[in-house]
Amino acid sequence: MSAGSAGPLIELDGVEKVFTVRRRAGRLRRTRHEVRAVDGLTFQVPRGEMVGYLGPNGAGKSTTLKMLTGILVPSGGRLRVAGLDPARDRLRLARRIGVVLGQRTTLWWDLPLADSYDLVRRMYRIPPAVFRANLARCTELLGLGPLLDVPVRQLSLGQRMRGDLTAALLHDPEVLYLDEPTIGLDVVSKATVRTFLRELNTERGTTVVLTTHDLTDIEQLCRRVMVIDHGRLVFDGDLAGLRAAADGERTLVVDLARQLPPIDGVPGARTVRVEGPRQWLAFPAGHSAAPLVAAIAARYPLVDLSVREPDIEALVADLYARGGAARPQPGDEAPASP
Amino acid sequence: MLYVAVAAGAFRRYATYRAATAAGLATNTVFGFLLAYAYLALWQQRPHLGGYGPAQALTFVWTGQALLAVALIAVGGVDELQERIRSGDIAVDLHRPADLQLWWLAADLGRAALQLIGRGIVPLAVGALAFPLALPADPATWGWFLLSALLGVVVSFALRYLVALSGFWLLDSSGLALISALAGMFFSGMVLPLRVFPGGLADLAQLLPWAALLQVPADVLTGARTGTGLLRGLLFQAAWAAALLALGRLVQAAATRKVVVHGG
Repeated sequence: MSAGSAGPLIELDGVEKVFTVRRRAGRLRRTRHEVRAVDGLTFQVPRGEMVGYLGPNGAGKSTTLKMLTGILVPSGGRLRVAGLDPARDRLRLARRIGVVLGQRTTLWWDLPLADSYDLVRRMYRIPPAVFRANLARCTELLGLGPLLDVPVRQLSLGQRMRGDLTAALLHDPEVLYLDEPTIGLDVVSKATVRTFLRELNTERGTTVVLTTHDLTDIEQLCRRVMVIDHGRLVFDGDLAGLRAAADGERTLVVDLARQLPPIDGVPGARTVRVEGPRQWLAFPAGHSAAPLVAAIAARYPLVDLSVREPDIEALVADLYARGGAARPQPGDEAPASP
Repeated sequence: MLYVAVAAGAFRRYATYRAATAAGLATNTVFGFLLAYAYLALWQQRPHLGGYGPAQALTFVWTGQALLAVALIAVGGVDELQERIRSGDIAVDLHRPADLQLWWLAADLGRAALQLIGRGIVPLAVGALAFPLALPADPATWGWFLLSALLGVVVSFALRYLVALSGFWLLDSSGLALISALAGMFFSGMVLPLRVFPGGLADLAQLLPWAALLQVPADVLTGARTGTGLLRGLLFQAAWAAALLALGRLVQAAATRKVVVHGG
């Protein structure tokens, strides 16, 4: 779309954000604390990627997002999005990005959904043909057709979220930032939103950065995961890498012909559970299941088997716990709102 | 044009609050009667107080009621901006490729237009039926009045915008908003025309920006300002509007540059 399409779309180099927080320390006294909400972040996101940005509450996710869109100014480091410095070129950048904040809405509360879209068309100066095509596509994929005449205040949370997604995409943004896009949604709405995002990313090549606490979002959407804790990147890679990094264990479930004592003598695996003819064996996440299966099949009457991946929630909880233990600083909870 | 659409949207939006408009209309009319009788009693004791005849004084009362929701209390309007700054919803507004001040000015003008029609015309008409008012017969004077009222709304907006932006530092600007609204009621001429104030206070009050909200538009309508007096009144309003809007831009730049947007 523009110059710089060769380089990464998003570039962070040692980005920091320090907030000064005043706390009560007695009747009148206030002490000033520095809170490093983001502490030396360095990463790049190439065009067309779909990245999951994970972290516990207060880890610095929203702060990072606000710096990426230019509404917060970094305290240090270098930050570029589509070749622009977001804080300095906030309005210019705004035309090229889409933002959906799951807990807030950009829609006009007391007016029909269509009125908000008309305003978006004028705000981003979208050519009529592009506007019509994008609106038609989004309303069809997200099932918004019958809702265009409904005042936003009458929409359900799921409908409103789909409405906000549409509003963020009418101007063909190069990158879409999503802050907890599935928060509070029911199963069907979540599935609709995820399918839509996947289509957006694969068919239209829109770069997507999403923060979430719902790990299913990550599993279903993102090839790349970044985990941030205490303002630092503690993991950056794919899901398999996350599993390995967290020392997760995979589980091999085998069904034998009959009830037998726990399987032993299989290198790299240990039996963790026996229930009738079914047995569960744990083995390291980085290892292949094939040699285990071969070893068991050679010595036991194997009827059926399945492999279970480690629970991603447990993996991330483990990462968070280790991140916290690594930097045990009192009063370091990094609130987003001082 | 984007900002015209914003104003039109705000107009339509406030048009959906029918019950609130009707209730406000009733309030304005009742207060108009109360104040009108108080003024009548006062002007019987002191005719030509502040240079106004009784009919002009009554016109002042009903003009005040007509502009109360439009420019003085400005029901809705920037209150919402104040709340958005407090809750952090302002983040959504900052993500738009639009100027924050122009956006809210446009929305406030749309609101003011609806409230002038919904809550302004009827009280003035009721007042004219119930009392002998000094309303102009000349359509040009009505035109000057509308221009003066528009400038009054812009000054009112610029003041409320500054108060709302203070929320970026104060976290909650509602206390300041209350003080500012009270000052506005007193110094706009809503309680008593500013010319009735004693000596130096009258002169001072007529230099403050709040005089642009009611005192000047009411004087235009009652015919207390004509010729160069009219021109000076409009220039006075325009000067305050420009100065306060410019100050608003400076504060806005400071707020978006170095201040925290609340909430995660």
